[in-house]
Amino acid sequence: MNASPTTTPHRPSPRPVRRWCIVPLTFALALVVIACGEPGRNDDASSAGAPNEATEVEQEDVRGTTIRVVTHDSFNVTESVLDAFEAQTGINVELVKGGDAVQIVNQAVLTRENPQGDVLFGIDNNLLTRAYDANLFLPYESSGLDRVPDEFELDPDDRVTPIDRGDVCLNFDRSYFATRPVEVPQTLDDLTKPEYENLLVVENPSTSTPGLAFLLATIDVFGESGWQDYWRRLEANGVTVAEGWEQAYYDLFSGGSGEGEQPLVVSYASSPPVEVTDPATPVDESPTGVIPSSCYRQIEFAGILAGTEHEQAARRFIDFLLSVEFQNDMPGNMFVYPVNQDATLPETFTKYSVVVDDPLLLAPEDVGMNRDTWIEQWTRIFGS
Amino acid sequence: MPRRWLLASVPVAFFAVLFVYPVTSIIGRGLYSDDGWHLEAVTDVASNPALRRVAWFTLWQAVLSTALTLCVGLPAAYCFARLAFRGKRVLWAALVVPFVLPTVVVASAVLGVVGPRGLLGVELQGTVWAILIAHVLFNYAVVVRTVGAFWANLDPTLEEAARVTGASAWRAFVEVTWPLLRPAVLAAASIVFLFTFTSFGVVLLLGGPGYNTLEVEIYTQTARLLNLDVAAVLALLQFAAVLCMLLIYSRYAHRRGTPLRLRAADESAHRPRGLAQRSLLVANLAFMTLLLGVPLGMLVARSLGGTGGFWAHYLDLGSSRRGSVLFVSPLEAVRNSLVFASAATLVALVIGGLASLAIAGTGASRRGGRWLDVALMVPLGTSAVTVGFGFLIALDSGPLDLRDSIVLIPLAHALVATPFVIRAMVPALRSIDPSLREAASVLGASPGRSWMAVDLPIVSRGLAAATGFAFAVSLGEFGATVFLARPDWPTLPIAIYRFLGQPGPSNFGQAMALSTILMMLTVVAVLAIDRWRVGSAGEF
Amino acid sequence: MLEVQDVSVRLGEHLALRDVSLHLDAGDTAALLGPSGCGKTTLLRVIAGLQPSSTGSVRLDGRDLVGVPPHQRRIGMMFQDFALFPHRNVKGNVEFGLRMRGDSAEARGARVAEVLELVGLRGFEDRSVSELSGGEQQRVALARSLAPAPRLLMLDEPLGSLDRTLRDQLVLDLRELFASQRLTVVYVTHDQAEALALADQVTVMDRGRVVQSDPPPVLWSRPATPFVARFLGFTNLVAVGVTAGVVRAGFGVLVDGVDWPDGPATTLIRPGAVRLNETSTLVAHVRSVAFAGDHTNVELTMADGTLLEATVPGPPPPIGGTIGIEITPGGIQLFADDVPAPE
Repeated sequence: MNASPTTTPHRPSPRPVRRWCIVPLTFALALVVIACGEPGRNDDASSAGAPNEATEVEQEDVRGTTIRVVTHDSFNVTESVLDAFEAQTGINVELVKGGDAVQIVNQAVLTRENPQGDVLFGIDNNLLTRAYDANLFLPYESSGLDRVPDEFELDPDDRVTPIDRGDVCLNFDRSYFATRPVEVPQTLDDLTKPEYENLLVVENPSTSTPGLAFLLATIDVFGESGWQDYWRRLEANGVTVAEGWEQAYYDLFSGGSGEGEQPLVVSYASSPPVEVTDPATPVDESPTGVIPSSCYRQIEFAGILAGTEHEQAARRFIDFLLSVEFQNDMPGNMFVYPVNQDATLPETFTKYSVVVDDPLLLAPEDVGMNRDTWIEQWTRIFGS
Repeated sequence: MPRRWLLASVPVAFFAVLFVYPVTSIIGRGLYSDDGWHLEAVTDVASNPALRRVAWFTLWQAVLSTALTLCVGLPAAYCFARLAFRGKRVLWAALVVPFVLPTVVVASAVLGVVGPRGLLGVELQGTVWAILIAHVLFNYAVVVRTVGAFWANLDPTLEEAARVTGASAWRAFVEVTWPLLRPAVLAAASIVFLFTFTSFGVVLLLGGPGYNTLEVEIYTQTARLLNLDVAAVLALLQFAAVLCMLLIYSRYAHRRGTPLRLRAADESAHRPRGLAQRSLLVANLAFMTLLLGVPLGMLVARSLGGTGGFWAHYLDLGSSRRGSVLFVSPLEAVRNSLVFASAATLVALVIGGLASLAIAGTGASRRGGRWLDVALMVPLGTSAVTVGFGFLIALDSGPLDLRDSIVLIPLAHALVATPFVIRAMVPALRSIDPSLREAASVLGASPGRSWMAVDLPIVSRGLAAATGFAFAVSLGEFGATVFLARPDWPTLPIAIYRFLGQPGPSNFGQAMALSTILMMLTVVAVLAIDRWRVGSAGEF
Repeated sequence: MLEVQDVSVRLGEHLALRDVSLHLDAGDTAALLGPSGCGKTTLLRVIAGLQPSSTGSVRLDGRDLVGVPPHQRRIGMMFQDFALFPHRNVKGNVEFGLRMRGDSAEARGARVAEVLELVGLRGFEDRSVSELSGGEQQRVALARSLAPAPRLLMLDEPLGSLDRTLRDQLVLDLRELFASQRLTVVYVTHDQAEALALADQVTVMDRGRVVQSDPPPVLWSRPATPFVARFLGFTNLVAVGVTAGVVRAGFGVLVDGVDWPDGPATTLIRPGAVRLNETSTLVAHVRSVAFAGDHTNVELTMADGTLLEATVPGPPPPIGGTIGIEITPGGIQLFADDVPAPE
């Protein structure tokens, strides 16, 4: 009798079991091949460059060691400069990045028993006491300190070595103020005036280093008893608080490469030179400027982490950080100013930015003791 | 059933080493030292009214975000499941893009629409609306892809039977489709809730200092203030809330595993019929354009143009800037991102697959399966800072010295990606008619073989959707790995952050260019993954 | 009562139905018979409103159904794999249609009990559908479609997934049910036995077209094409040549004196028309026999290798032997050769 087969749905078919395996297997294979490929600069560096004749016993000791430098996200150096150091000393340098300055210092404190590296670069003057309390560093007086002015040597015990300075200042949008009857504010107090309503962007001091620096600047100017009132007036005058520098500068600030609408932002003294982009058309001024009376000094330090097994090599690295080669390289890569008097600044820095001689600065001990409380008090003003 | 324990042992070990151990270490560090327990922080936290407000805000914004995302996501899931339209495949893959971009980039894009110079003219920065909008933007894909994949496999004959028996289209949905769809909806809702409950970057960037969630508070206490005791108490509080929610969810979701008929996805999609379906499709497409297309389009727009020409920023990416040591060539960043993401996805598939099998197992003891399910979801709801810092202090010696190893990164990503895999596989596995497996075994297939021949093709669509997610999550450097250092293997998000960390239109433009590359890469990769079918499961 | 006129349906590239027409009076059962893929399920879906047609019309009780959504057509439909709602028990399934139209709980309870009694599942209200056997599920599906008392009932291969004995029993049950409830039914099947047993009118379809539409006896005695004949189970389709009224096959002359144009043709030889005749010149070799009580089914191999099936009365002839046969002229039907037999 005629009978057509009833179609059973979901009939399992054996053959394709193999076919579908092909894609993931090939992929896994490709992964293995790729992963075994070139890893990164560190291997290349060790194979490049011929070792110089080592004349000092100390250099002989450290040849062949690898040190890890823990630093924040903004650290940068020209490859050839670092290569030269490695070739000269035979030390292999591995860079380890972990967030911003506050984060890496906290991580270092947390991992003190088993540190993540040998050298820590990027601790700033506001975080020193935390490092001291945790006995984070081994003292070392580098010979390079001879060329560094005393004002930067904040630690008499040399647990940390100053490497660079930068100032956190208010930046303003030139074109905004040029096209309106309002003047560029000259002092911090000016910011609370009605003509600057809703024009200022600051960063949250709890999450941002420049934000904290600006808060400290206001504390320096208005004192322990007056700064909260100042901030209340600022808040009443419509200040915008951003989470971090990127958002403040790029999303909210109107000057230069910013896409926002507010012409005043807390940024760095070194920001205006970067806004001059086209070398072909020389301009007199950068599209953005700095308000000198608002500048708060930031000094960055490096230190040898206690618990390191390569103390000698770490010392060589600190010397390198103070050397003229590195100090000359710093402004272009990290947008900070050198501490070594023999170093030279690039032209854009001298032309388009100001060097503030007498910036605002609180003593590290004061900051260390009160910082958390101040941040908490600030948060209460702005929290809901 | 011994086989079940064997299956579960691998995920359990994974979970113990990569989650339980680090988290208990960091929490222990906060609450316990050589001279015993320090529990004063508990009373400090409990008596602090500000922290109570924080906890309450965390809860209600998560509930509201979840509800909103479901509201807009479910109609879209229907469109993808039942309607055929041009560009469907690409759009399905593109939904995942917001996951992948660094939060700061997405927030920037959102502000481009609803911020100071925004397109819409409303200014929402610093309001809770900006937070909610961003939450919907991020989590839209979770709802649409999870529910949509499952819906596409539901047998449309059941709806037709209802319609023919007198139910209007709406009633057929309510009476027949919705009860069957509920497991997938609950799965999606649980993930969205976990994400928004532990939301961090979005709250900070778009809400500003006025808005604080538990996660932000934990971050502040841990990473900024190093108040580990308070942080530990808050982390435990967060953990308790998440556990509560997960238990309620699992109670309800595991109650009934009605075997369903699953149909081939391609079979059930048709061109929109009638005005109602057409307008629904148009409305959803318009919404997707507004929600995703406009902000992301702005990103792309910002990467083009500039003083050096139309493609200037892209070309700049290729040239080494003053030979900087930390210059990341885009090719290298792409390669690294892909390697990590692929590794993480594979690990998540293995761990998630084994776990799903153990959870969805047939037989009397469902209890063990429920606990495993809840356990593996917990990492999603745990503070990323806690986990990250836990890695730092726990995984630093001996055989577990993973702290500096690059292996930790894909493993950490897999921790977050595994729940997606489980959420996709378990409802599908449970829905398979056991008679199919029986048929296979009668035909001579061993249990493993029958699983591959029967179960895998049926779940592969939902699985592909989840795999796409897992891949995107890893591409976007999710969560805890932000705290891990990667000396030699910079990835795309890292490179983007580096550009954004410095001023200048060129830096900004290059950051946008890299973001655009990351977006394209994601769409292509997810498209490829979505196509992956087991067997001739194109008919499936 | 049901009037389907020139309906065509295009699904993608493929024309699933071509100019299909169907007429059904109230109280009658129409069977749609054909191989899988011939479009019979598509036609059901068009009538139910689940599939729009490209051309043609469907009228029920004189009213054109275009634009009427499925839930307002009052047509009951039973699906091929039952489509029972897994999240509801038997009562929940059967009362679904009653709930949709707003009946009260008592009315529903009463009607459900009534319908379950009708299909032989009394007391099954609280059972879970996943625990039921195939036959029970089929009856629940039937009950569900009957409960709202539809004016037209459509069944899509309702017995397809059941075993033989169950099927035979259910065919009788269904026949009785349709008659006692005076239902108007469209019944889709690929099994000709079901169609012939249940229907007042059988419509044979092939590749989207209606090939023949007649009452069962007419269909049986005069299939319109070799395809229909084959579908009804006839295997004796032999290529012949007709010359001056003489029908000659490869193995010999079958009959003479037929009124048919000269030329090649196909002939159907009914098994019952093959008689044993020792004196006949047509010689056949007995291949196999199956004794069935009153008659014997014999498989014969003719001289040129053609296989014929014969149903002969009386005891079986010996296997392997040769016998003479003759063909009763009334048992032959000729088809023109331009209608190719499929397969």
